[in-house]
Amino acid sequence: MLEMNGIRKSFGKVEVLHGVDLEVRSGEVHALLGENGAGKSTLMKVLCGIIGASDGTIYINGKERSFANYDEAIAAGVGIVFQEFSLIPYLSAVENMFLARELTNRLGLLDRKAMRKRAHEILQQLDVDLPLNAPVSSLSIAEQQFVEIAKALSLDARILVLDEPTATLTPTEVEQLFKVIRELRRKGVAIVFISHHLEEIFQICDRITILRDGEYINTCDTADVDNDRLVEMMVGRRIEQSFPDKPTLPEDAELALEVDELQLSRADPVSSFHLRKGEILGFSGLVGSGRTETALAMLGAHSHAKRSMKHNGQEVNFAEPADALAAGIGLLPEDRKGQGLITSFSILRNISINNYGKYRKGRYFIDLTKELTCTVDAMAQVSVKANGPNDRLDTLSGGNQQKVVVARWLNHDMDILIFDEPTRGIDVGAKAEIYLLMRKLTELGCSIIMISSELPEIIGMSDRVCVFRGGGIVATVEGDDITSEKIMTYSTTGKLENAA
Amino acid sequence: MPHDTTLGTSVQGNKKMNINLRQVMRSPLVLPLVGLIVVSVLMGFASENFFSVSNILNVLRQVSINGILAVGMTFVILTGGIDLSVGAVMAFSGTICAGLIVNMGMPGAVGLAGGLLIGLGLGVFNGALVAWGRMPAIIVTLATMGIARGLGLIYSGGYPISGLPDWISWFGIGRIGSIPVPVIIMFLIYGIAWVLLERTAFGRHVYSIGGNETAARLSGVKTQRIKLAIYTISGLTSALAAVILTGRLMSGQPNAGVGFELDAIAAVVMGGTSIAGGRGLIFGTLIGAVLLGILNNGLNLVGINPYLQDVIKGFIILLAIYIGRGERR
Repeated sequence: MLEMNGIRKSFGKVEVLHGVDLEVRSGEVHALLGENGAGKSTLMKVLCGIIGASDGTIYINGKERSFANYDEAIAAGVGIVFQEFSLIPYLSAVENMFLARELTNRLGLLDRKAMRKRAHEILQQLDVDLPLNAPVSSLSIAEQQFVEIAKALSLDARILVLDEPTATLTPTEVEQLFKVIRELRRKGVAIVFISHHLEEIFQICDRITILRDGEYINTCDTADVDNDRLVEMMVGRRIEQSFPDKPTLPEDAELALEVDELQLSRADPVSSFHLRKGEILGFSGLVGSGRTETALAMLGAHSHAKRSMKHNGQEVNFAEPADALAAGIGLLPEDRKGQGLITSFSILRNISINNYGKYRKGRYFIDLTKELTCTVDAMAQVSVKANGPNDRLDTLSGGNQQKVVVARWLNHDMDILIFDEPTRGIDVGAKAEIYLLMRKLTELGCSIIMISSELPEIIGMSDRVCVFRGGGIVATVEGDDITSEKIMTYSTTGKLENAA
Repeated sequence: MPHDTTLGTSVQGNKKMNINLRQVMRSPLVLPLVGLIVVSVLMGFASENFFSVSNILNVLRQVSINGILAVGMTFVILTGGIDLSVGAVMAFSGTICAGLIVNMGMPGAVGLAGGLLIGLGLGVFNGALVAWGRMPAIIVTLATMGIARGLGLIYSGGYPISGLPDWISWFGIGRIGSIPVPVIIMFLIYGIAWVLLERTAFGRHVYSIGGNETAARLSGVKTQRIKLAIYTISGLTSALAAVILTGRLMSGQPNAGVGFELDAIAAVVMGGTSIAGGRGLIFGTLIGAVLLGILNNGLNLVGINPYLQDVIKGFIILLAIYIGRGERR
């Protein structure tokens, strides 16, 4: 039904898909499995024409196809349900399904009866019953998903991609969804199912294709593999990035931060963890498992249901990041351009943004000379490569931009730094520099929380690792227990399969 | 820090290199200055005493009210916001000022202080709603515009309040030496605004919010407080403009300042400030205000239908925003 061969895709100079194959038969549920950043979403975007492939061929029903945009893919019978729904919340299920291709009667007015009838037919095929006229925002997440699926089917989709459809569903809703998927399979639809939850894959999928770091690893029948084998293929043995040596922390190292209770929202689990002086604590877990949100909630930049924590033994309660800054806790956000930097400003302005306390003149004024020397100092400490402090940020490489963010906090004599995906989009050489820098910071007495989706990084850098799943910490591992298998198993299943 | 010296020198060396044509051309002041020069030269041809000291002072005097409103507007637009209430706040503030003195028999100084407090209060109102109420600035200040205008009309019954003590006129038409007082007040306000924006942490924070509010907040900038402050500044400059207006007209005019927000916004964007925030210079706004003043003056001189002038101004704003748009990626 669908055959993708040797798909390559590069963004700029970086190749993210290195010749990936995927073959899906009709009437099959095919799992696409891989870690964060393995290339699943990119591959699906290529399939749907949202991004173009650099190389490779796509056959649908034996015919070679290439789609310039999503519309062409839809016309060829490809449908995709994204993680983020593309429904318009105030419109009804019917209106959403026929958005931009409304049926009209002879007068050119909306033929609401016909649309309703057609919508009803499709949903009946799925054996789903939901209110057709209510705004979709009033439907449950699962029902919204059915509307998305129905929308794809109303376009005669023969190939349906479900990108992490179960991520936000309750167990009963997952059951409902699986019923619909089985129904679709019976009707001969080819389904690509993306999920991180291995048990779901065993429950519903016929075959599995595994990707790792943009590389095609294997395709196998679900019946032939088990949990451990899948994790092994996902994690693999990869070229080791060199990490600086981990110094052993003294057992009695002081606690820099104790989070006794932190709950993001009522439905989420309550996390608790602590951070010792000079330690690098890894936050691992899948995308959307609550790592970043937990860090933001600590600083008062994200809502929380419950929070009690101590900083250097003192009860603290940060209402906004400025309070955390005053206490010596800083964040280096994962989205550097969107949340970390002001790219249209100079390096100088970016570094000094929260450092004005340091070079004041006459209480209120900025000491411009001191601002410049401090900035140049900070730039030198992290060796930012630039012509000078007046270069605009958007002229720097990703690695250098990240160093500027580090320099900003360095300038500040911080106590605790939270690195969110510190090496995302950074080349190998610059990565090593960032790692060294982090170690140097801990030697200076700084404590670090490192949020990362890259397992080698977590394993290579962390003294201890908190594993997140479903909005909170499910396990904390340290020492020899920090292995990719253990972390992966915790983040996909929440527990060790054969735990003692 | 072994790199310190090397990097230090490279910075010094680069500083000299930086003063090249390209760097200068990228300053947001270039286009407004070119505009100012072109228009001035054209006016010089059209009217031979355009470049006389007295005419220049006259243009500056005419510009002063809008120039002062545009200072507050610059702060607001630099954060990516907008303040549509400046004209109405000015009128209300002037009306209350006159009312306190004439109707309630208060001393002049109390009247002036009352007017300033009105501006300050409405600015705080705007700022609190935008910062903590998380409401869009354009709607909040539009509502404030209606509220301030309506309250002024209710208070005065729709009629100007006259009968002010003579010394009030000093603010509107007085001179120190040969320089009109409003011009001096305007330059003073620009000076203070320049110090605030360029030499204090507050100013840097204003720019950073316009550049990337999330990044600013996550870096520890108290974004809500800064927003409160900039709308308060805008309310205050509106009230200061009211003092000059009241002095010039020798009355509180509840109907004054209709459409002044358009002129203030025009001055800011013509001065090279990005409407999206984060980029712009306070002296650009001064140039923009003067440029707009000369255009108004010139269009009058040439005898263009006054109704057409608003149309031209509208198009000039669009043009300025269109030119400024390309500078942001």
